[in-house]
Amino acid sequence: MTETQIKPLTMNFGPQHPAAHGVLRLVMEMDGEVIERLDPHIGLLHRGTEKLIEYKTYVQAIPYFDRLDYVSPMCQEHAFVLAIEKLLGLEVPIRGQYIRVLFDEITRLLNHLLNIPAYAMDVGAMTPFLWAFEQRELLMEFYERVSGARLHAAYYRPGGVHQDLPAGILDDIMAWAEQFPQVIDDIDVLLTENRIFKQRLVDIGTVSAADALDWGFTGPMLRASGVAWDLRKSQPYMVYDKMKFDVPIGKNGDCYDRYLVRMEEMRQSLRIVRQACEQMPGGPCTSDDRKITPPKRADMKRSMEALIHHFKLYTEGFHVPPGETYTAVEAPKGEFGVYLVSDGGNRPYRCKIRAPGFTHLAAIDYVSKGYMLADSVAILGSMDIVFGEIDR
Amino acid sequence: MSVLQRGAKSLLLSELVTGLGLTFRYIFKPKVTLNYPYEKGPLSPRFRGEHALRRYPNGEERCIACKLCEAICPALAITIEAEPREDGSRRTTRYDIDMTKCIYCGLCQEACPVDAIVEGPNFEFATETREELFYNKEKLLANGDRWEPELAANLAADAPYR
Repeated sequence: MTETQIKPLTMNFGPQHPAAHGVLRLVMEMDGEVIERLDPHIGLLHRGTEKLIEYKTYVQAIPYFDRLDYVSPMCQEHAFVLAIEKLLGLEVPIRGQYIRVLFDEITRLLNHLLNIPAYAMDVGAMTPFLWAFEQRELLMEFYERVSGARLHAAYYRPGGVHQDLPAGILDDIMAWAEQFPQVIDDIDVLLTENRIFKQRLVDIGTVSAADALDWGFTGPMLRASGVAWDLRKSQPYMVYDKMKFDVPIGKNGDCYDRYLVRMEEMRQSLRIVRQACEQMPGGPCTSDDRKITPPKRADMKRSMEALIHHFKLYTEGFHVPPGETYTAVEAPKGEFGVYLVSDGGNRPYRCKIRAPGFTHLAAIDYVSKGYMLADSVAILGSMDIVFGEIDR
Repeated sequence: MSVLQRGAKSLLLSELVTGLGLTFRYIFKPKVTLNYPYEKGPLSPRFRGEHALRRYPNGEERCIACKLCEAICPALAITIEAEPREDGSRRTTRYDIDMTKCIYCGLCQEACPVDAIVEGPNFEFATETREELFYNKEKLLANGDRWEPELAANLAADAPYR
């Protein structure tokens, strides 16, 4: 009997796989247990966000940004409102800038507190997940106190933030920041030196610095490969230039380094949160340009002019002068950019969203080639994939 | 670290034992879980939950059918029809919110000039059928009547920031 070779074996991974972090379908071509080719099939969570935004006024489009990468909502709102502000030439009052930096960093902590333990759970550790979710709960309470929603905040607005911080929240954030390092240390004890964790991650999915740049990696994925690139440092927006923080970089660019970079980023974010709370200045948190930001409620009830502004802004919205801009922020997953084109109307002419996860996922075939089937889960976890932003 | 030390640590499973010790210590820490639905987490005055249409203290409905909420709603979840009442005042004849479309962004309550449509503190309004989530004016006013004490307290607490 002649031996017949059936090669390569094609296997389906997802879209219902728990380690696929959402609705990722991977078509894997396997040589035994070794991956020969990985073909990501995306689009199962496509909602047409970019097109929808073209039919909404600028303020109406803000909630869509919460729903892209739904574990780091406020950073994405930030990219959008920054783009609008750039086209309008609008200044944000200093208190508004500090509030945005504070909540950007809380968002980063929320994101990494989901990614690291979910990653650990993919490779077999359950406990950090429970500890991190307790902390996420506390952080989402801060979200809820400022914006009214635990996840989909819609808090940042062109010209500042929607409402000022409620009294006492800064003390509560400081009190929270006191106990948080202990939690990072505990996760550290469980994972960093753990031999099972290290066996699953060290030297898996190695990406060199040159390759990382070629594939358009940003954020922790790029920094783990040893490139110290952080938009908060290289082109600071808001008051990041006044904040003292370090940019952690990795050495080997493997899955383990990506984990270490994210752990250190949490510590640095905590530093920024502390500084923002301590330095929080007084004054208004939103621009007082009445053609852009709605008036205070008390004014609206008494002044005819304010009432007219209120009606104008909540029906027609504001008009943005013609122009185009690419504005990016350092979202927890990498560079989140918005390419906004205005034709002078009250709605964006075009809004292209640059999602960091998309470029990372594009490289998954390159990164996982030659590794084992079980490693693909570790690589996927280290990429910090969220489907809201990839499928948009 | 010398090779000997590293070897000893590896052989004695030191990092695993420390990890196990740490998780063991957590057994004696106070529980953080809540016994929902008997215990609930805190909610701020700004919380955006189920919608309600409010009334003035004399029982007159607040909504004047200006349709700002309908205009601002990004999900197009609100439908309003209006005509003058017998006494000549402008009121809605139809005020529907499709709660399955609503994204709870809070723009309607921001836009409302008379604080009529508000998002209240209620988040437990799950239903068995989809149709029950198509709220009409009657349901929204009933919500307003049911939650008025909480709604008024929340609006008062948040008034300095609005």
